Amino acid sequence: MDQQHALQEYLLRLGDSSMILGQRLCELCGKAPAVEEEMALMNVALDLVGQARNWYEYAAELEGKGRSADDLAFRRDAHEYRNLLMVEQPNGDYAVTMARQFFYDTWHYFTLQGLANSADERIAGIASKALKEVTYHLRRSAEWIKRLGDGTEESHQRMQDAVELLWRFTGELTTADEVDTSLEAAGIAPNQQQLASDWQGMVKEVLTEATLELQPEDAWMYMGGKQGTHTEHLGFILAEMQFLPRAYPDATTW
Amino acid sequence: MYAQLVETGVKRIKTLEEMSPEERNFQEKIDAEVKIEPKNWMPEAYRKTLIRQISQHAHSEVVGMLPEGNWVTRAPTLKRKLQLMAKIQDEAGHGLYLYSAMETLGASRDEEIQKLHEGKAKYSSIFNYPTLNWADMGTVGWLVDGAAIVNQVVLQRTSYGPYSRAMIRICKEESFHQRQGYQILLDLMREGTEEQKQMVQDSINRLWWPSLMMFGPSDDQSPNSQQSMAWKIKRKSNDELRQMFIDQTVPQLEFLGCTAPDPDLKWNEERGHYDFGEIDWQEFYDVLKGNGPCNRERIETRKKAIDEGTWVRQAAKAYAEKQQQKQQAA
Repeated sequence: MDQQHALQEYLLRLGDSSMILGQRLCELCGKAPAVEEEMALMNVALDLVGQARNWYEYAAELEGKGRSADDLAFRRDAHEYRNLLMVEQPNGDYAVTMARQFFYDTWHYFTLQGLANSADERIAGIASKALKEVTYHLRRSAEWIKRLGDGTEESHQRMQDAVELLWRFTGELTTADEVDTSLEAAGIAPNQQQLASDWQGMVKEVLTEATLELQPEDAWMYMGGKQGTHTEHLGFILAEMQFLPRAYPDATTW
Repeated sequence: MYAQLVETGVKRIKTLEEMSPEERNFQEKIDAEVKIEPKNWMPEAYRKTLIRQISQHAHSEVVGMLPEGNWVTRAPTLKRKLQLMAKIQDEAGHGLYLYSAMETLGASRDEEIQKLHEGKAKYSSIFNYPTLNWADMGTVGWLVDGAAIVNQVVLQRTSYGPYSRAMIRICKEESFHQRQGYQILLDLMREGTEEQKQMVQDSINRLWWPSLMMFGPSDDQSPNSQQSMAWKIKRKSNDELRQMFIDQTVPQLEFLGCTAPDPDLKWNEERGHYDFGEIDWQEFYDVLKGNGPCNRERIETRKKAIDEGTWVRQAAKAYAEKQQQKQQAA
């Protein structure tokens, strides 16, 4: 795989995962369990969509076909999306929302930490800025895992169920493919083994502190999002998100 | 914004002579433009009126997130999506800030929210109208936040210190939202397709009158205003504020190249103001009573959020208590 192509794919993965999770969080507007959470959820979503825009802008430039960041977000179909399956999963109850967030934030944090030292300066710049935001995201979602895991009997059960429900999507976070490894070799992407062990270490630590049971290491994993094969959810997310640009293809400004 | 009709519970305003020494001292402070602070003595009716007004205002910020939440998942570009998200985040912040100001009066946030969900507390009627096309995100910013600002700029001088300070902070952000909203409409009108321009006019047609209703009943129908004015909770009458809003908005409407759904709207040289048609007060009172297009949905959504979040809040509380116990044991 040539590096240009790998980089293009990798940038879309970063952008799409942030975009889709941001979109899922937007769905919660006005529906959070407290006003403080309304503010925090929208704040995290805002960071994520902002980061997506930065990755898309770079991806669009690299591609050099005249597509814009908006084109990448609003004019690609599901099979062209490269986000992790985790982020397209429905919001569920607040335990599911927060478990999804925590699994992703942990991956996001260690990925950005690696990317902040990327040989690609543009990537290093975007990642360094995003890392500040994501450090807060991770601190917040880890706190919620502990609160709900070690809160009441009901919240403990709900959080345990959420961890069990989403566990099958965690394998994709820590399994490198050719895109990841070739960019790692070029010093652009972080060390994939290190990323996997950092992710596992953090997740184990937080779940244990939250009095939650860890999931079996040999659990079956559902993968494919990074390569463009998604769950049924993504099509509906895009149908909603892309409605206006698709319904009014002649519109050049909004 | 958005306290349109606030009961004061007062039938007639007392003269200084009729007042007790405490009341007189209080009224003299107000008359001298000295701010009332949480620890100062205040008449019970003043305190209750303020709780009603500030809670209405806070509820409006939170309920007001819903018509925008209706489009935030469908914002057409990254820039517009980010702007709308930032606006919604600000509104949640305003809600929190206002609930805090209300709590300084000894009210409980949970109890006031409970009243909202039981239909006993009001919020601005404007949010009971649906947002039916994307241009509504521009019009809401321009007209709804615009009307809110006219009201709130005056409330920066309101007599209760914490409320006044909340207004100063909130006004800055609202002005920004209003400019952004207007820019959405301006861009659509200047560079949009025919369909997009129609969206803008349709949006203005639907939201024009409801925006004018945001200032509340006309002065002769507003029996509570007089006491609120004497206490300087309110500083200008509903009709004065409405006229200010219309006068500043019509030139902006013309600049857009759009029209208002009011055949009587025209400049009156003699008055130095725009004349405008009669508001449909029946509709205003219907919506206030709960019979607007989205009243049920808005309250149901808010109630569901808080009800379904009960276990989350309980867990957070239980966890905090456990942590505290651990710290004490250590």
